[in-house]
Amino acid sequence: MMNTNSYLLSILVDDEPGVLSRIAGLFSGRGFNIDSLSVASTAEPDVSRITMVTKCEPQIIDQIKKQLHKLINVITVNDLTDKKYVQRQLALIKVNAQPEKKADILRVVDIFRCKIVDVGLSHYTIEVSGDSGKHDAIVSLLKPMGIIEIASTGSIALARENGKK
Amino acid sequence: MKFNGAQVLIKMIKAEGIDTIFGYPGGCVIDIYDELAKQEGLRHILVRHEQGAVHAADGYARANRSVGVALVTSGPGATNAVTGIASAHSDSIPIVVFTGQVPTALIGNDAFQEVDIVGITRPCTKHNYLVKSIDKLASTIKEAFYLARSGRPGPVLVDLPKNILQAQIDFEEPGKISLKSYKPNYKPNKKQLNKVVEMIKKAKRPVIFAGGGVIVSQASEQITRLAKMADIPVTASLMGLGAFPGSDPLWLGMLGMHGTYRANMSIGHCDLMIAAGVRFDDRVTGNIEKFAPTAKIVQIDIDPTSIHKNIEVHCPIVGDCKAALEGILHLMEDQKTDDLKNNRPQWLDQIEEWKSTTPLKYNQGSEVIKPQFVVEKLYELTKGDAIITTEVGQNQMWAAQYYHFNKPNHFITSGGLGTMGFGLPAAIGAKAACPDKLVVDVAGDGSIQMNIQELMTAVESKIDVKIVILNNQYLGMVRQWQELFYEKVYSFTNMENTPDFVKLAEAYGAKGLRCTRPDEVESVLSQGLNHEGTVIMEFAVDKEESVYPMVPAGGSITEMLLV
Ligand SMILES: Cc1ncc(C[n+]2csc(CCOP(=O)(O)OP(=O)(O)O)c2C)c(N)n1
Ligand SMILES: [Mg+2]
Repeated sequence: MMNTNSYLLSILVDDEPGVLSRIAGLFSGRGFNIDSLSVASTAEPDVSRITMVTKCEPQIIDQIKKQLHKLINVITVNDLTDKKYVQRQLALIKVNAQPEKKADILRVVDIFRCKIVDVGLSHYTIEVSGDSGKHDAIVSLLKPMGIIEIASTGSIALARENGKK
Repeated sequence: MKFNGAQVLIKMIKAEGIDTIFGYPGGCVIDIYDELAKQEGLRHILVRHEQGAVHAADGYARANRSVGVALVTSGPGATNAVTGIASAHSDSIPIVVFTGQVPTALIGNDAFQEVDIVGITRPCTKHNYLVKSIDKLASTIKEAFYLARSGRPGPVLVDLPKNILQAQIDFEEPGKISLKSYKPNYKPNKKQLNKVVEMIKKAKRPVIFAGGGVIVSQASEQITRLAKMADIPVTASLMGLGAFPGSDPLWLGMLGMHGTYRANMSIGHCDLMIAAGVRFDDRVTGNIEKFAPTAKIVQIDIDPTSIHKNIEVHCPIVGDCKAALEGILHLMEDQKTDDLKNNRPQWLDQIEEWKSTTPLKYNQGSEVIKPQFVVEKLYELTKGDAIITTEVGQNQMWAAQYYHFNKPNHFITSGGLGTMGFGLPAAIGAKAACPDKLVVDVAGDGSIQMNIQELMTAVESKIDVKIVILNNQYLGMVRQWQELFYEKVYSFTNMENTPDFVKLAEAYGAKGLRCTRPDEVESVLSQGLNHEGTVIMEFAVDKEESVYPMVPAGGSITEMLLV
């Protein structure tokens, strides 16, 4: 695809069965992409927040937002992309921990302020929390040591108090 | 007082002012039928196939601009309804479809006649519900009607498990509907309306393009006033026919693939297009790059997703068509007439020239009936006052081209989905809604066979519909494409093997008439139209007549194939 950007949408929806399927159906039916998705309840009962990252051409994002809003169970669609926001993603990374690499791994863990949450004879499992930039950086540093597997959540995000960038 | 779910349902339907519903019984809705047997003031019309029930509800809604209601059972009843629901969705028609469902305890167990109809219809309804508790039944039904008719209308499906229909409840009138997640915006932005007036004053070659949204929002009076106040010629999409009087000198005819030469040329050359209630379907625009290349475009639509979807718009207006047009008219009243009409004789002369050099035409000889001639005679005999439904294909296009609609709600056709088999059940629905109107289904020999069983519905319910079959012994529209673009390989479009339509009509207890000669067209038509009861009038028409003008798919709309 030419000229695609990544967009971060924060969507409030009725907490009802089938809502996620309506959103997923909208994306598959209209040929939009979902890059990552995270769904959980909010402080308000009956309202859930969906945080979604979608990659598309700039002309398409407008349609995506309008189509989302058109779904009866969608309350608000907030495009955080050009706003100030905090974003987090949680990942568990299991790496090979050969004796000669252990010090290197621990140094990376230290620099990025991650945690080791599981230790085995030949592996560490590292918990990383941060924005997607941090995730990419740490993955690229750990790769040479031998990443065994990764489990990662989608992004979650909230706008900062003082609105625009 | 205690009511069961079935009684609540009927109470709520009646509270919406609905007098007729279309349906077909089955195990999961038997409780509702048990109640229907005791009802007065709510007429149930028994169709012969669930697709027919939904098309009939659709025709009912379009004919009197209300909400149509269909009732079907679970499983196959529900899946049979899907084509009807998708057709209504494509044309933004408000209907509520009630489907039976297996008891809640069995849902998900692959029970007998269980399908996930809410899942199946999610992409082709405006919204849908599975009612899981009797407490929610009344409010859900009320919400369903509200959603169907408000904003951009559309079909809503309510799935009703059998145990909910049997459960008892102390009925309480549900309160006013207010949804935090759904607030359609009817009121247009005033600043944008001012901009339109300025654009009209500057325009040398303006055109109004009216769509189904003008019909839905009942804004044809406003469109007509706008056109006359500023001398702006008007074209319409298939769905917009009737929004502006077809006999008015400012009328350009239909736009698009089978639009008139002058309508398509006008869009190709205009400098201002005021588009109201349209979604720029590809059958209208042809090649998007070459559509209205020199025009500033104003687009009015209640649905924000229709705007900037496939056409770049210079002045978008989100809101109800009627409210927006009223607003524009109001602002225009403060303007000088000369400023508004802005010396447009040249533009109107140009259009007149397109009209006179390249009109819609066909040659009616003395031997073979031309299908266009039948529609033209139908128009004359009914004085343009009948409600016309259509099937799909050439018959639909000839009806659109040669029946000159002067009023809204008189042309009922499956535009967006193009559903063959729509016309007959839709005619039944329209006639049920408007018993004093003459209702005629202009049909093709192929399409009429898709829901021919509804002839029995019409006869049984004494809902008189007139069916005009333009029998070309082909799936004509597909044959036309094969002729033009597939080297005349008429692969599987031959329909020489059709039933004897006269005998078929008689078998159902209707009247059947056949016409094979041009000089008999008028008399057969008037005999059929004047007959009390449902009639099939079959016209043996020129087998290889094609619909012209035609814009080949994907071409520029100003490059038309002409006769
Ligand atoms: C349900 C359905 N199936 C297939 C088509 C594709 N199709 C469009 S027009 C047409 C031919 C219709 O034939 P007929 O009813 O005889 O009309 P004619 O074009 O000959 O007037 C077909 C098959 C359709 N529109 N709908
Ligand atoms: Mg035919």
